[in-house]
Amino acid sequence: MMESGPMTGPVPTDGTAGEPPRSADLSGVPAKPNPTGEIGGTFWRRFVFRRPLAALILQRLGLSVGLLFAVSLMIFGGIEALPGDFATTYLGQSATPQAVENIRKDLGLDRPWSERYLNWLGGAVQGDFGTSWASKNSVSEQIGNRLGNSLFLAFFAALISVPLAVGLGMLAVQFRNRMPDKIINVISLAAISLPEFFIGYLLIMFFAVQWGVATFPATVYASMSFTERLSAIALPVATLVLVVLAHMMRMTRAAILNVMSSAYVETAELKGLSTFRIIARHAAPNAVAPVINVIALNLAYLVVGVVVVEVVFVYPGMGQYMVDAVTVRDMPVVQACGLIFAAFYIFLNMAADILAILANPRLRHPR
Amino acid sequence: MSDYKDYLTRQVMLGKMNRREFLGRAAAFGIAASTAGTLFATSAAAQEPKRGGHLKLGLEGAAATDSRDPAKALSQFMFVVGRNWGDMLVESHPTTGAPVPALAESWEPSADAATWTFTIRKGVKFHDGKELTVDDVIKTLQRHTDDKSESGALGVMKSITGIKADGDKLVLTLTEGNADLPLLLSDYHLIIQPNGGLDNPDAMIGTGPYKVASFEPGVRATFEKNADDWRTDRGYVDSIELIAMNDATARIAALSSGQVHYINRVDPKTVALLKRAPTVEILNTSGRGHYVFIMHCNTAPFDNNDLRMALKFAMDRETMVQRILGGYGKVGNDFPINDTYALFPEGIEQRAYDPDKAAFHYKKSGHSGPVLLRTSDVAFPGAVDAAVLYQESAKKAGIEIEVKREPGDGYWTNVWNVQPFSTSYWGGRPTQDQMYSTAYLSNADWNDTRFQRPDFDKLLLEARSELDEAKRKDMYRTMAMMVRDEGGLILPMFNDFVNAATKQVKGYVHDIGNDMSNGYVATRVWLDA
Repeated sequence: MMESGPMTGPVPTDGTAGEPPRSADLSGVPAKPNPTGEIGGTFWRRFVFRRPLAALILQRLGLSVGLLFAVSLMIFGGIEALPGDFATTYLGQSATPQAVENIRKDLGLDRPWSERYLNWLGGAVQGDFGTSWASKNSVSEQIGNRLGNSLFLAFFAALISVPLAVGLGMLAVQFRNRMPDKIINVISLAAISLPEFFIGYLLIMFFAVQWGVATFPATVYASMSFTERLSAIALPVATLVLVVLAHMMRMTRAAILNVMSSAYVETAELKGLSTFRIIARHAAPNAVAPVINVIALNLAYLVVGVVVVEVVFVYPGMGQYMVDAVTVRDMPVVQACGLIFAAFYIFLNMAADILAILANPRLRHPR
Repeated sequence: MSDYKDYLTRQVMLGKMNRREFLGRAAAFGIAASTAGTLFATSAAAQEPKRGGHLKLGLEGAAATDSRDPAKALSQFMFVVGRNWGDMLVESHPTTGAPVPALAESWEPSADAATWTFTIRKGVKFHDGKELTVDDVIKTLQRHTDDKSESGALGVMKSITGIKADGDKLVLTLTEGNADLPLLLSDYHLIIQPNGGLDNPDAMIGTGPYKVASFEPGVRATFEKNADDWRTDRGYVDSIELIAMNDATARIAALSSGQVHYINRVDPKTVALLKRAPTVEILNTSGRGHYVFIMHCNTAPFDNNDLRMALKFAMDRETMVQRILGGYGKVGNDFPINDTYALFPEGIEQRAYDPDKAAFHYKKSGHSGPVLLRTSDVAFPGAVDAAVLYQESAKKAGIEIEVKREPGDGYWTNVWNVQPFSTSYWGGRPTQDQMYSTAYLSNADWNDTRFQRPDFDKLLLEARSELDEAKRKDMYRTMAMMVRDEGGLILPMFNDFVNAATKQVKGYVHDIGNDMSNGYVATRVWLDA
């Protein structure tokens, strides 16, 4: 215990080695002086100084709301720009002018887009995402189911991939440039180089078709028991783990190696600590910030970016839901999905920043 | 030989051939009487349907946006869902395409075929226990003919002006005579619902062989046997599960690993691979769907019939069927009708690939320079490849075709029926009249070849109310010749419906009406343990 005491402090001697790359942004944001310099401004500055973490969260939340508005506007504009509106796309080749006209009138598609957008926005801020134009089902209810499925899949993928990636990264550092490091690198790089649908098909081919040991398709539904669900998601989870592993693993490795070159680690080495102890107790805590950022990005991907995996494994998640809706220009659904996806990204990034600050207290009092 | 044996077996299984006829035909093809006897015995034994079991189907074409309302059913998935829980007034015969009674027991046209009287079946119960009445039928038809309706059958129904009851009977009045009216009522949107579905169009309550147990749009639908079904010759399995599988590889994997019993939409390119699995059987059925190249007859340079003829002769149909359909289809003859239609005009000479004739007409047309063809893979599977194949075969006739690949998104809005020369797909219609009325009548909504001929229109309307079949057939022949020799349609191929099942699935009916045994697959097959 004695020997490790002074070393755990987050003060690298050269001042930069342990610092996360994003620290500059972080410190810049809350410290921005209020240009008006009024009392409110002073209050805010004091608040920022006394409770920097709370200030950061507040600011981020405010920013998030603005960002969500921007996202909704972009999605709306994007769909407007696509060829064909809901009525023609939904009816497709079997559209009669009469039926198209009826649908347009019914949904108010004949009105200007600004009016339709504002109407929708009015409902959305009150928490009412409306009903799907195509199926007439409540969007909130549908999203409830689909989001639950997506989170279920993402949760188990994260549960396996995050500890595995961090563990393998630390292992790779310990055996740096030796056989285990090389094997870990080659395998994870191979996995990330293959497109996820290909990995999925390979897993299906071997585990479901050839050996018949895994459940396929991975369709989950309400009346399924928990264990049935677990068995259903085994293959998609395995695919996702393989896909996100390399990114997190390599970032862990790089960040730790970066810290390993700093003076205090050298001191620890000179003191004769074991490599494992140096990595786990001294290097890893100081390498946490960039790793958290990568993990946050990958978690976001696990929720919002897995459309292909969902399609291949016939898994009813959010991605599939949104793609179906975009295909027929089902605006209320697309908007709601888009907002939820954006909210996930924003929230996870915020969480990453907060965790980074917790891990590196210097960031709390930016100068 | 084995193909013929398969054919005979199938005929027996369909109940279309008795023992004497079977033995006679088997003998004629040199199958020994003893073999033939065994064959009949096995197929006849197989004919006895087994009841029970849980049938799982993996189907393409479902989306989270699917509507429960049969009026708005569009996808392949909802087509099958509707067939499971609902019935129409009329069905079409699986092999002849003729109208057969369903909820309507019988029907009678007036002499001009403009008034039809239908006798509605008695003692049929809806899933909620309510008995079917003529009032439910009237309300259903009214819902689908309403001008404000979003029904997919609106186009079919718009000629019906009067819907009323005459005691227990239903009387329909049309704007003009239509000999095909019963078949029009077999449209899959026209499921008879309690009170016409006016109270709750999404309830999925009908008179079909299965009750809906659960439905998650874009994911899965499950069904349980309707114990009160009014028919005994369907609904053999106890329960059905339809799983949405939009990925072709996922469907194949699910079938070959035995997780589902049946899949639809098998890509011709992968049929050979799938065939290798010993437990799998490919089920291909001739259909009315056709892949087409459409020219606007009123737009230069396609307003010149010699150029149109040149382009028709420059098409190598045989190669198209082999390469694009993998052999699962038949060559077309530049009119949208094939022998799966009743009153098909036989004996029209098959148009063949003829670079010399193409070159002759091309020269005569006086056109020079490349011809621009727009295409996209959403037009039909393999459309871009087909366009390139066409480019090659036309080159030999000295015709230069420039292939332009358009984005799939918005193809139906921006290219098809807008640009003068493009690729497209037609699903076929229950009757010749409907096919021609939809796309070849001068003022048709979807006249995608801009074929405008008053004499053709006149003939079409005459044929519509003609109840004499011989006369009608003759009229259809004249119309076919007009489209073939003067129209803007190049029709290289009719595509088969290619599906696949495990060998446990028995009793599959190759229905010419539409894909997946005309949607009835789940209600017609049984599982052999």
